[in-house]
Amino acid sequence: MAGIEEQSKIKNEGEIRYLSPLDISTSKAKKYCMFRRSGIKYVDYKDPDFLGRFINEQGKILPRRLTGTSLKYQRKVAVAVKRARHLGLLPYVGDLLK
Amino acid sequence: MKNYETVFILNPALSEEQVEKSVDKYEKYLKSNGAKIISKEIWGLKKLAYTIENKNSGFYNLIEYTAPAELVSSIELDFTRDETVMRYLTVTLDKHAIAWAEKRRNRSTKKAS
Repeated sequence: MAGIEEQSKIKNEGEIRYLSPLDISTSKAKKYCMFRRSGIKYVDYKDPDFLGRFINEQGKILPRRLTGTSLKYQRKVAVAVKRARHLGLLPYVGDLLK
Repeated sequence: MKNYETVFILNPALSEEQVEKSVDKYEKYLKSNGAKIISKEIWGLKKLAYTIENKNSGFYNLIEYTAPAELVSSIELDFTRDETVMRYLTVTLDKHAIAWAEKRRNRSTKKAS
């Protein structure tokens, strides 16, 4: 599926420009649980950059539907994030430029 | 004798040897009461994500040890009494956590060597 730029280039070769619909792919990439795939069994609360992947800019924990992690590991991530917050490694309310 | 891991943050205003003294104090306390210290890590001065006791940085150290259960509650009592300790967190380690701590230690020694 050629990118949008290539498609528009091919169509505009001739003088007459046709407004034909470009086929933009709307299929969502299948989400997967990164813990199950990579085999990590323990979520370390001492490593804030790894946990940064599971919180949004305001410092809130991202829901499973966005990160795609399974329930078992989402709970471990939640516990780890709360411990990191207690120790001052992660902010309770993050500023936007985190 | 379960595995425990304690991270505690010391007041940044302390001088170097005061920090040394308090870390040794807790370590000796653990050893004298029948705990076996597996590893000790000093992360040093780190910036806090939010102000604790209106300080913006703290002196982090980590001690991993195996100890009888009642020792943990007594050492936590010491932490609460000690004003130089701003924050502490003791965590029991299950088998995955022990394996992870082991791997983390090898990784850091590999990096250091």
